Amino acid sequence: MGQSLYDKLWADHIVTALDEQRSLIYIDRIFLHERTGSIALQSLAADGRQVSKPAHVFCTMDHIVDTFPGRGDATLMPSGRDFIEATRSAAGEAGITLFDVNDANQGIAHVVSAEQGIALPGSTLVCPDSHTCTLGGLGALAWGIGSTEAEHAMATRTLALQKAKSMRVNFRGQLNPGVSAKDLILHLIGAHGAAGGLGYAVEFAGEAIKALSVEERMTICNMAVEFSALAGFVAPDEKVIDYVRGRPYAPTGADWDAAAAYWRQLRSDADAVFDAEIDIDCADIQPTVTWGTNPQQAVSIGGRIPDPAQEADNNRRQTLHKALNYMQLTPGATIAGTPIDAAFIGSCTNSRLSDLRAVCDFLKGRKVADGVAAVCVPGSSQVKRAAEAEGLDKILIEAGFEWRESGCSMCFYAGGETFGKGKRVISSTNRNFEGRQGPEVKTHLASPLTVAASAVAGMIIDPRHLMGEHVDSEQLANEG
Amino acid sequence: MEKFRQHRGVTAPLLRANIDTDAIIPSREMKRVSKLGLGEGLFAGWRYTLPGGREPHADFVLNRPEYAGTSILLGGDNFGCGSSREHAVWALKEYGIRAIIAPSFGSIFYNNCIGNGLLPIALPFDVVQALAAQVESAPRQRQLSIDLEQRTVTAADGQCWPFDIDAAARHMLMQGLDRIALTLEKRDQIEAFEAADRARRPWVYLA
Ligand code: SF4
Repeated sequence: MGQSLYDKLWADHIVTALDEQRSLIYIDRIFLHERTGSIALQSLAADGRQVSKPAHVFCTMDHIVDTFPGRGDATLMPSGRDFIEATRSAAGEAGITLFDVNDANQGIAHVVSAEQGIALPGSTLVCPDSHTCTLGGLGALAWGIGSTEAEHAMATRTLALQKAKSMRVNFRGQLNPGVSAKDLILHLIGAHGAAGGLGYAVEFAGEAIKALSVEERMTICNMAVEFSALAGFVAPDEKVIDYVRGRPYAPTGADWDAAAAYWRQLRSDADAVFDAEIDIDCADIQPTVTWGTNPQQAVSIGGRIPDPAQEADNNRRQTLHKALNYMQLTPGATIAGTPIDAAFIGSCTNSRLSDLRAVCDFLKGRKVADGVAAVCVPGSSQVKRAAEAEGLDKILIEAGFEWRESGCSMCFYAGGETFGKGKRVISSTNRNFEGRQGPEVKTHLASPLTVAASAVAGMIIDPRHLMGEHVDSEQLANEG
Repeated sequence: MEKFRQHRGVTAPLLRANIDTDAIIPSREMKRVSKLGLGEGLFAGWRYTLPGGREPHADFVLNRPEYAGTSILLGGDNFGCGSSREHAVWALKEYGIRAIIAPSFGSIFYNNCIGNGLLPIALPFDVVQALAAQVESAPRQRQLSIDLEQRTVTAADGQCWPFDIDAAARHMLMQGLDRIALTLEKRDQIEAFEAADRARRPWVYLA
């Protein structure tokens, strides 16, 4: 029987079997951020222990740090400064690499670890943050852990783990126009449930995945955790090898050649057996938006908000009621046409250069609707510089977006930034839980393109409608 | 970590079911950058008169003078259920709790206890009730004794109940090992893996 990619990566990292269920697994890279890493580093030191291989441990400031221009250590979140200062001193004492507040390479952990070549194909990478699975886009086995596990990984270079079950999700065919990686993953979670991947390590495969760029693959893998998967990944290919080549922490010389040769053979065997397999035909996927308070509550842009009265199952009816009540939506209404107060482009899901390019392609020559607050936060300081070098910042600013320093910003609320109580936000982020973006804030998850189009329309809209219009008006102008 | 072999101490009953980690340590008490300083927030919602306040609620069992220095808790079903926050265990430990006896535990909480040197003991509800009745009559005198070596709980009247615990968990608690210490017992194997892996995947090693 053939092996899956997950089987191979697991086997390559077994230090020793611990008992019938668990093995000691070698951890190649550890990433920390100031919100949880500070606690892990301090607690490790308080127990008189050391980071055993500081060269493999990295830390960034992303969660609490402000994203306003000219920022320093002060933050909107009360006590945020304590976290930043504690992280800086603990990272210094531990001798690990820190991407500090104003470091040229600062950014969101999962964006930085890819762009710095810290996460490598076939490597194990952990971070006390649930969206670490983003790095599966490079073919890394990457997942989020708790703070105490982070201490364990730092002190021992290992974790004691039980192997997950394996699942393959095949995205067949080609994407419809206006459909992006974000729509694929929202569609999957909408169709198979927010718990659909529970207990599984998920390999994303199929022609549609092969055709995606590495950054788009990261968008899909980012939300593997919203599918409740332990990790999500795509087998590395030449695109990934090209992506990794030349990055600051990537191998060089003979090591590079050996690494690339190893990465090229990392894939599931043709006769590999999975514990579960899902097939999705991409022809069925349209731009997708969430209407509710978990990522499973998603509809395609032409769809309607569910009506609890149509739901026979009592529990499910209650769940719908609760979500609709929080979201203040009318059952049975179309999702398109819902007026919005704000639009957010950012987060480890969709804030890389290719996301910003897609947004700017659309925004060029357009304006955000009156009364809509629009904010764009690049995923890293490097993304920010690259975007500015291409003039993307100007397009965004001219369209009416605020252009910020990099960080998690309004992806999550911990007493810091928010659009304000009860606002309705269309957002390129990954979680639409109650209060995720601030008290009573109503979050609609969507692709960067759908967010940009909705910002311009002042309501949730199918971006293809405006794109059609755009072509028409250009044609008219040319003809006139 | 302190080794757990035998322990005798003041025992407080808190027999309601489903005491979740949010009740054990409310999130508003977790604002610090540290595992330390959480003992004060233990059961804050019940222990103090106002949210975020520090004026003790005279009725709450741990605030009553006869329960001063409590080190064993008696709990109801599903003790420690809810959010996975490890802060709950850190708070209990810092307060001075060494063992919790309940009919059942939240599974993450149970594992967090073992990892932090706190002994969770599962005994049937009628036994927990019988123990509670005994200690309540004279908390300072009628203390419970726990023997992890023998795996028994003994009440002041000499009645003794055996309990089960996984062998690996017992080893950790008796040796005062946390999970890191347990793994570090395998240091040689980790180093042997690295030596072989370095030859196989040299590009992974940055130092
Ligand atoms: S951008 Fe959002 S989801 Fe990503 S790491 Fe930051 S807070 Fe978490």
